[in-house]
Amino acid sequence: MAEFHEKPTLLRRMQHALHVTPSLVPLIVLLAAIALFALLVGGRFFSAGSQSLVLQQVQIVGIVAAAQTLVILTAGIDLSVGAIMVLSSVVMGQFTFRYGLPPELAVLCGLLVGLGCGLINGLLVAYMKLPPFIVTLGTWQVFLATNFLFSRNETIRAQDIEAQAPILQFFGQSFRLGGATFTYGVVFMLILVLGLAYALRHTAWGRHVYAVGDDPDAAQLSGVNTKRVLISVYTLSGLICAFAGWALIGRIGSVSPTSGQEANIQSITAVVIGGISLFGGRGSILGALFGALIVGVVSLGLRMMGTDPQWTYFFIGVLIIVAVLVDQWIRKVAS
Amino acid sequence: MPLDMQSPSSSREPILTARGLTKRYGKVVALDRCDFDLYPGEILAVIGDNGAGKSTLIKAISGAVIPDEGEIRLEGRPVHFRNPTEAREAGIETVYQTLAMSPALSIADNMFMGRELRKPGLMGRLFRQLDRPRMEAFAREKLSELGLMTIQNINQAVETLSGGQRQGVAVARAAAFGSKVIILDEPTAALGVKESRRVLELILDVKARGIPIILISHNMPHVFEVADRIHVHRLGRRLCVIDPKAHTMSDAVAYMTGAKVPEEMKAA
Repeated sequence: MAEFHEKPTLLRRMQHALHVTPSLVPLIVLLAAIALFALLVGGRFFSAGSQSLVLQQVQIVGIVAAAQTLVILTAGIDLSVGAIMVLSSVVMGQFTFRYGLPPELAVLCGLLVGLGCGLINGLLVAYMKLPPFIVTLGTWQVFLATNFLFSRNETIRAQDIEAQAPILQFFGQSFRLGGATFTYGVVFMLILVLGLAYALRHTAWGRHVYAVGDDPDAAQLSGVNTKRVLISVYTLSGLICAFAGWALIGRIGSVSPTSGQEANIQSITAVVIGGISLFGGRGSILGALFGALIVGVVSLGLRMMGTDPQWTYFFIGVLIIVAVLVDQWIRKVAS
Repeated sequence: MPLDMQSPSSSREPILTARGLTKRYGKVVALDRCDFDLYPGEILAVIGDNGAGKSTLIKAISGAVIPDEGEIRLEGRPVHFRNPTEAREAGIETVYQTLAMSPALSIADNMFMGRELRKPGLMGRLFRQLDRPRMEAFAREKLSELGLMTIQNINQAVETLSGGQRQGVAVARAAAFGSKVIILDEPTAALGVKESRRVLELILDVKARGIPIILISHNMPHVFEVADRIHVHRLGRRLCVIDPKAHTMSDAVAYMTGAKVPEEMKAA
């Protein structure tokens, strides 16, 4: 058999390492960004306080990016993540304050609504065989409109929640650890990402998610129930977004139907910068977490330097394009 | 009977038979009361012109197509496959021309795709953890059995393998799980001379292990080299079954294109 005997150059070896461990790039970029801003801003940037602030600011994006990762790994995209998140948080709030449900039950209802939204996406993608982009472009509008209609554009004030239903703000509670402040939302994000990283790497379901994204026909012929995998992925994505909605209440204190609109673009940004291929089947969820942290570190660093916030968007844009270029290069290892 | 070789001398009982298979797509009749027989331990080549319906026949046997009429029997018992998974569970493995592998995943992952092994005990039951060491050891063993251990790393992504190596892994996967029948669809079509040779040897290795093989191929030299019998498919049905030792390649091509009619059919 033809063997590959060419002496591997440093560049080739690097390409191979990245092919095997795609989250290396975002990790390196993250560390480089931290080092760079530590140099530019000085010691205060490197303080545990600043770094835990980054974590708190990226928790919502991090959770939503975890959901987005699952969908993108199947070569899909979920444009409705932000809408599901807000709708779920509004359900949690309004079920408590308008219908007087016990807040625990209202939270459960909110989570079920998110799960149901994801299930609708999954059924449309798997059984109606519509492109995920179109399905979620449609359900994004539907879920968002439902959110505004149902909430009647009412915001529930933070003081009211704190007084009557503190469980809604559960993920906003914090504890101190070695000078840094962690919220439960941050802890949840980390546990979620690590749990999904395990499931994707070490369970049959995880391997099937990659196989469906890599080549759905091949997966089907190999005996993978691709429809069931797709439905499980979109449904889980919806549930995770509902958790993000719960964490969002903790983060901003109130329940607002207009909040979290940036979650769509930010989650896709984190996933792409995290080295996950938009063509599916490649990348690691840790990369998405690193991607979200990169965005957090860059925006905090630039803000501490006192630059115009537009520079943040400028650099994030550049990072997205570079990340996709690197993905193209890594995928060439095959040929 | 329009058949030179109803059965090989080795055995009289076919392992897999089909009688009167019919499949219509609208007005097009892809299979027209087609018969088929596969005997234990043999390599049966299926040849036919493009559009003759041989791939529909193979799909019916491998569960990818449900015939409108007719009966398929495996070891004498009637079977009704509704999808490829059911055929696989019955012991019929197919190596598709596209190989049906996930390029970004490892050799071991691909070999066990859809039938992964879980760790024993709590880690497997509760956390559904894959038993990687056992899967890797099994994959390594199966590849070595077929002399494919030029592949150094079982965790290597399939896309980093050469075309012949990929074909080898796909055949090894089929041989590892195909307890009764292995179907190979154009296994050498995409390969160079050297790699084709290796795959043909591989096919003979699998045969030596006692598993009957259905080989679909357009490559007459390859067919005549390894096949015990040749099923000639024409116009949606079995035209004849010929012995590669008693016929030439040009006979076979003439039968399948209709340029020549088998002796027995002239009488009829």
